Order: sequence, then structure tokens, then C-alpha cells
Amino acid sequence: MKIIVCVKQVPDTSGKVAVKADGTMDRAAMATISNPDDMNALEAALQIKDKNSDTKVVVISMGPPPTESMLRECLAMGADEAVLVSAREFGGADTFATSTTLTAAIRKIGVEKDDIVFCGRQAIDGDTAQVGPQIAEKLGIPQVTYVTGIDYTDGQLTVRRELEDGYMTIKVQTPCLLTCIKELNTPRYMRVAGIMDCYSKPYTVLDFNALVDDPMVELETVGLKGSPTQVYKSFSPPVKGAGTMLEGADKATCEQLVSILGEKHII
Amino acid sequence: MAFNSKDTAAFKGVWVFCEQRDGVILSTGYQLLSEGRKLANDLGVELCGVLLGHEVNETYAKALGGYGADRVYICDHPLLKDYTTDAYTKVICDLVEDKKPEIFLIGATNIGRDLGPRVAARLKTGLTADCTHLDVDVEKYKAFLKTTSTIDVDNTKFEENTNLKMTRPAFGGHLMATIVCPDYRPQMSTVRPGVMQTQAFNEETAAKTVLDKVDVQLTEADIHVDLVEIVKSAKKAVDLIGADVVVSVGRGISADPKRGLEIAEELANVLGGVVGASRAVVDDGYIGVDHQVGQTGKTVHPKIYVALGISGAIQHVSGMQDAECIIAVNKNENAPIFDVATYGITGDLFKVGPMLAEAIAKYKAEKA
Ligand SMILES: Cc1cc2nc3c(=O)[nH]c(=O)nc-3n(C[C@H](O)[C@H](O)[C@H](O)COP(=O)(O)OP(=O)(O)OC[C@H]3O[C@@H](n4cnc5c(N)ncnc54)[C@H](O)[C@@H]3O)c2cc1C
Ligand SMILES: Nc1ncnc2c1ncn2[C@@H]1O[C@H](COP(=O)(O)O)[C@@H](O)[C@H]1O
Repeated sequence: MKIIVCVKQVPDTSGKVAVKADGTMDRAAMATISNPDDMNALEAALQIKDKNSDTKVVVISMGPPPTESMLRECLAMGADEAVLVSAREFGGADTFATSTTLTAAIRKIGVEKDDIVFCGRQAIDGDTAQVGPQIAEKLGIPQVTYVTGIDYTDGQLTVRRELEDGYMTIKVQTPCLLTCIKELNTPRYMRVAGIMDCYSKPYTVLDFNALVDDPMVELETVGLKGSPTQVYKSFSPPVKGAGTMLEGADKATCEQLVSILGEKHII
Repeated sequence: MAFNSKDTAAFKGVWVFCEQRDGVILSTGYQLLSEGRKLANDLGVELCGVLLGHEVNETYAKALGGYGADRVYICDHPLLKDYTTDAYTKVICDLVEDKKPEIFLIGATNIGRDLGPRVAARLKTGLTADCTHLDVDVEKYKAFLKTTSTIDVDNTKFEENTNLKMTRPAFGGHLMATIVCPDYRPQMSTVRPGVMQTQAFNEETAAKTVLDKVDVQLTEADIHVDLVEIVKSAKKAVDLIGADVVVSVGRGISADPKRGLEIAEELANVLGGVVGASRAVVDDGYIGVDHQVGQTGKTVHPKIYVALGISGAIQHVSGMQDAECIIAVNKNENAPIFDVATYGITGDLFKVGPMLAEAIAKYKAEKA
């Protein structure tokens, strides 16, 4: 069987974020990381491979050429093949156009009866959680999102899907697409041997011409042009006026705070 | 005629997906109807609720009118009792293709975020995720920007139209983006639970609600998953989103997590609230994930938010900055949480927390 894992390289939003004068994110000025949920997706795929040796794990990413570094890391973690989908035509895509391009690329890799496509639940740059379900729809296969548990026995896939107030257990036919969240597992580290051979594993770059045969792919259906949604305005949230710092940290301070809260009818 | 999402002129009306679980409609549905009512008024169109389920309770359906719906489409079928992506997507897409709404709002719950993208992809239209503000009227949008952005609104050009302007945080809350979907319909958005205010229930409009029963076309063959079971979590989920007071703890409690949580509970008790947490504390396993506030947790807007030993990372702040009064206790006077706090105390939460609880209890006892 084959497992295709969609991974994205994203700006690291945990530190300081660089914003350009026009209010957009200065991606070039920021450090990048592998999207956290996608590493859980890759780990889930590798765990299935650990138990089923005939499994091939293919990682795929759409992004600019430097995305290669992340894909090499995925190979070093244990993936068998990597595919980078990269072309100027694909740039500026919203989730709809992104999923069109990724779907075409995944079809090129091929989705057979036993295969599974894995995504992260959401990418931390946009937090949309839309690309996974949209790929599933465009591939015409079932999806399960928010997956926190996977049981794959004798070709039967049973997953646990998280709800706000509990969970569902779902049996799902293959081929299918699953989106993973961090509760699912703890991603493994790169193996030393893996780092040695990550440059000798198959690595393919697909550009616009490589995908244009797909019925869904045209200049008007990918990238910015193929995106139904557009940014109307973007802005920084206002900096809140600094509040009141109270002197001291003793009983008197607490009583002072409580009397202010009382006067203002907050309590 | 075949459905064409680019024929924008053919679409009219505002729709809200009203999610039910176990036959009970989630409060997100009421919030979205209340918000949808304003949009429908600005556009001069009908507001419709969309309710899928089995043996749908008509009293519940009628009640949706009390929150603003003029009409409720009821899709009743045994295979719609519990949510499956396949069944819900099919039934909703069939209905949209038939009735053609211009705006379609879905709550950004775990289910809404599964359904929304699948529906949008099938209809071939755009979808904006996890919105926190919606406008159709440009003047209202400008008024919103004046209070929430640093944009010089009066000297900025805005395209004048009634397209839905969908505002949401991006990059973990570092930026806000307003998204439009000008050339495709319906304009779809998922909306963060707890962000839109529910209007007061109106008996009169509830009585006038039109119930429209949809002829559902659905068979087992449409569904490619087998729902084995749904398990409700044994302990009652905390209602962070609806709470008036949230007392949250951060990694500052790690010296003695048990005591730290006790202190938070004490404070929550005297203030009449619930306990929240930063992701750090959730990741460390001291408290369940349903307590998490922030980008990947819940957005809260209580009257009082107390942050005990929380540094104030943007991902946390984006989930609580709209609280009316923020009280922060942190032993580091330079902690970023003090930039958003209304009142700040530099000190040890293990000392300040109990004293604060005591002072509040004393104040309340004197007032009573
Ligand atoms: C994609 C992504 C999504 C995220 N989503 C969220 C989210 O939804 N919610 C969230 O909260 N975080 C989220 N985070 C994590 C966030 O960036 C921070 O790491 C996290 O909020 C830090 O939690 P903290 O403030 O409790 O811990 P720390 O940053 O470790 O801060 C602890 C604070 O406690 C203070 N302190 C220590 N001891 C005491 C004491 N005895 N008394 C008083 N003060 C004390 C310290 O001075 C410090 O300021 C996310 C991160 C990423 C990358
Ligand atoms: N450019 C991309 N390349 C590969 N996978 C992607 C890309 N964008 C999104 N994904 C996948 O889709 C998931 C959801 O992304 P998003 O909808 O952007 O939040 C991610 O966790 C990835 O698995």
C-alpha cells in the first residue's frame, strides 16, 4: 500500500513576527518550520509502515524551492519518496486553489484501492483546516478529520475522531483522507542513517507543465487566479493601552484591586 | 439548468447551518442566526436556518425564528441522525444548488470545520475559516476598522459593494485579514463559536417562522464510512466560551501544579467562574485540553479574565484579549501579558492568588 502525506513549510509564529509596511506578513524575514500537525500525520504514516513492511510513504508539499529542506527531513525521518510541487503559476493560492494543485499532484502519484492520504488538521500560518477536506472532495474519497487514534488491521481502517464533547469511532473505506491532530502521537526524530541517505531517496519536482494534463489544472484554476477568495484588507490588531500596574504584591494590593473592581461594578 | 457558482446574480438570501447533536441545537447556531439577521437586514433579504437530523423536533426548529430566522429548512432522514461528512455534504449541496443563497455561515466547530470545506469544494466556491467579524455594509466595516485596527480609515479607499467582508486572525493572531469572495456564490464562512453575540429570544418572530420540509434524497450508498459509536466525555465539558469569569493558569504553576490549580479553583469559585489554562499547562498534562484558551483552544470574552503565571504569548492572547477586564499576576514584571492586562500585579501567584481570593470573599461578604 501507499501512504501520501501532505506537509507544509510554515513561518514560525511562536517568536517575533515580521510584518511589512503594507500590513502583510514578511515571510522571507521569518524562520520556517515544518507545520506541527503535519509531523503527526507523517508519524502516523510511519507507524503503519513500521507494522506493514510493504508500505510506501510518499511526502508531498507545495511551496517554493527552499521547501526541499523540509522534505529532506521527512525522508530522514523515514519517508520513502518526496515530491515538491513548485511553480510560479501555483503562487498566491487560497485553500481552494491549493487543494486543486495538490489533488492533481496526488493523482499523478496515484491513489490505489488500499492507499491513504494523510494531512495535518491545519497549517499554523492560516489555521484554516480546509486543504485536507478539499483534497478529499476533489479526489472523490471519504475523509475523517481531527483524528486522534488509528487502528489499521488486516486492511481495515478504524479511526477515532475528536469532538468538543467526546469522540466518534469511525470505520472508513480506503482510499481515504485523514487529517491528524497533535494528540495522535509524538513525531519521531530524524535517524542518523536517515540523514545519510535522505539525498539518495527519490525526489521529484512537479511544475505547472507536469500537471497541466490533469483535467482540473489550467492557468485559471491554480494559484492566485484560481482562488475564489481574495484579501480585501489586512491589518495589525491595535496595541492595547497599557493598563494599571498595582504597587506591591501583598494583602493591601489585593484589597486595593478588589475595591477598584467593586467601584467599577466589575464584581 | 446546471448549478453555476459564478452566476452571482442568481443567488439571494443568508443561510445559517444550525448544527444539532443528539437532537439539541448548539448555541453556535443561535449566535450565527443573530449575526446573520443583521447581514440579512443590511441586504434586505431573507434569513434561513438549515437544520439536518432525524425526527427533528419542530419546537426547536420554530425557536430558531426567535433568534432571527425567517425560514427554517428541515432535512429529516434516518441517515442524518448523526453527522457524517458524506451525508451532510450531499444534502446541503443539493439544497444550495436548488435554492441558491448568497451567504452561507457555518459554526467553526469540529464538525463545521469538516463540513464547510467539503461543501465549498463541491459547490466550487470560496470559504473563509474561523471568522471573528462579518460585514456587508462598507460603512459598518469602516466603523469596525476604526476601533480594531491602526488603519487610517478616512484616508483609505474602500471598494463600495455589498460583498461579504469576512475578518479573521491570521498567523497565530499576529495579523488580521479581511477576506472577500467576489466572483463566486455562496460566500461561505465558518465562524468561531462564542464570538458572535446571541440576540434576546423573540417570541413573536419565533411564532412566525416558516418551516420548510426538504425532500431529502439520500441512500446508504452515499455514505462511505461506518459510524461505530459516539462517546460523550464522562465529565461535563467546561463552558469556557459562555463563562462570565475565567481564571486561567499558565506554566507559572509548575512548581506545584496541584496547588496552583487549587488556587485557580478557589478564585473561580469566589468570582463565580471556571478554570482555563494556557497550552503549556495542557501540554504538560496538568489539565484537559477543553480548558485551553487561545489560537488552538477557545476564544473567550468574559467580564473578568484572570491570568495566573501566563507569559502572554500571542497565541494565548488572541483567545482572551476581548475580555472586559483582564487581571494578570506574574512574577516577571516584563511579561507581555501586562501589555494587555487592565490590572497587573507583579508577584508570586502562590502568594497573591490566595490573598486575592480572600479579599474578594471578604468584599462579597461585606456587601451581602
Ligand atoms: C501554532 C501554535 C498554537 C498555539 N496555540 C496556543 C493556544 O491556543 N493557547 C495558548 O495558551 N498557547 C498556545 N501556543 C503556545 C504559546 O506560544 C505559548 O508557548 C504558551 O501560551 C505559553 O504558556 P505559558 O504562558 O503558560 O508558559 P510560559 O511562557 O512558560 O510562561 C510562564 C509564565 O509564568 C510566570 N511565572 C512562573 N512562576 C510564577 C509564579 N510562581 N508566580 C507568578 N508567575 C510565575 C513566568 O514569569 C512566565 O511569564 C501556541 C503555539 C503555537 C506555535
Ligand atoms: N502547500 C501545501 N503543501 C502540502 N500540504 C499542504 C499545503 N497546504 C496545506 N497542506 C495540508 O493541508 C493541511 C491543512 O492546511 P490548511 O487548510 O492550510 O490549514 C496541512 O496540515 C497540510 O497537511
